[in-house]
Amino acid sequence: MKDVKVLGPGCARCKATAEVIAAVAKETGAEIALGKVEDMREIVAYGVMSTPAVVVDGTVVHAGSVPERAMVEKWLK
Amino acid sequence: MSVRTEAPRAPGTLVWVGGVAAGLSVWTLLYSQLVPFSEWAVSLLPLERHSHLGEAIAFFLYDVPKVLLLLTLVVFAMGVVRTFFSPERTRSLLAGRREGVGNAMAALLGIVTPFCSCSAVPLFIGFVSAGVPLGVTFSFLIAAPMVNEVALGLLFALLGWQVALTYLAFGLGVAIVAGWIIGTFRLESWLEPWVLQIHAGAAGPAEGVLTWAERIRAGLEAVREIVGRVWYWIIAGIAAGALIHGFAPEDLLASIMGKDAWWSVPAAVIIGIPLYSNAAGIIPVVEALLGKGAALGTVLAFMMSVTALSLPEMIILRKVLSVKLIAVFVAIVGAGILAVGFLFNLLFA
Repeated sequence: MKDVKVLGPGCARCKATAEVIAAVAKETGAEIALGKVEDMREIVAYGVMSTPAVVVDGTVVHAGSVPERAMVEKWLK
Repeated sequence: MSVRTEAPRAPGTLVWVGGVAAGLSVWTLLYSQLVPFSEWAVSLLPLERHSHLGEAIAFFLYDVPKVLLLLTLVVFAMGVVRTFFSPERTRSLLAGRREGVGNAMAALLGIVTPFCSCSAVPLFIGFVSAGVPLGVTFSFLIAAPMVNEVALGLLFALLGWQVALTYLAFGLGVAIVAGWIIGTFRLESWLEPWVLQIHAGAAGPAEGVLTWAERIRAGLEAVREIVGRVWYWIIAGIAAGALIHGFAPEDLLASIMGKDAWWSVPAAVIIGIPLYSNAAGIIPVVEALLGKGAALGTVLAFMMSVTALSLPEMIILRKVLSVKLIAVFVAIVGAGILAVGFLFNLLFA
């Protein structure tokens, strides 16, 4: 079970990011707990400077754009 | 946003580079046919070519494809260049810099670092907590939205490279000087208190080295995202500009926006503040106004105000800056823009 968080202040691109991750998880059958972090202090505490960002099991794997599906597949493996 | 279908396995870099070369050839061909195309299109209409309406329509049919072509090219090039920079790398380049050199570097990096005003807050905190001086951070935050690819691309397309370059140079100048002045005031205590307590993680995502195929893809993505967002504003703006070209009396505009009307520069700055999201539609109108006798300094000041002093960004930054600090920021940047406007109206009288 992977703990996946999308960091971002609730913008359209953050939503799109969460949707891509949810879709990939569904397709590949990867078990994830998908969460959102919208509080600016928490986001900043991850060292992220551009949103949307993605955190998998406590590690920032992506920042600044809606990720490609291929990237998401790699993270969820 | 729709979910993308499975991307085909990445073809080789050569294919992408070849694709770009082919795209550039098509672009050049289209661009060379702009005048014949607009003349031909107007000749199809039951209109007198030299009537007011004929002039307006010819202008519209020439300008719309031209502006969209040039903007696409500039946005693509900028999208590729930006893949070489990231906020994290820019931060490590600026951390611990002295003021002065730091301000100049920050303004220059502001042009090429990917930036969206929606992430202004995490970026601000990320910079300040990593030891980037406050004034240097401000130089970055002023330059990044002001010297942007849409403004530069449109100025280049409509007013020529000289005006675009002037805008670039003086935009950087305002960002450097305004940031430096804010730095000398030592206003760290005017930040919201929680900002200084935060210890931002410095890690950020691990960066892989991108291939050229990925960089080109990023450029195309930028075109899709940015041109897709602004094209209708541009068409509306050019339509309004075409009407001004065809119908507006010259003397009237020269008296309102000409160099003799000193108050037009501050008025342009104030009007520009709430117009942020419509920058794309405004430049074509401004171009038409210039043709009718508005002064270049007034126009530059207006553009800078539209891009650098944006109301939504101030509201976002309110989370980290006190109202006093925002007021200082607006006052100093506004004064810099006024100086540029007056200087140009004086020099190019």
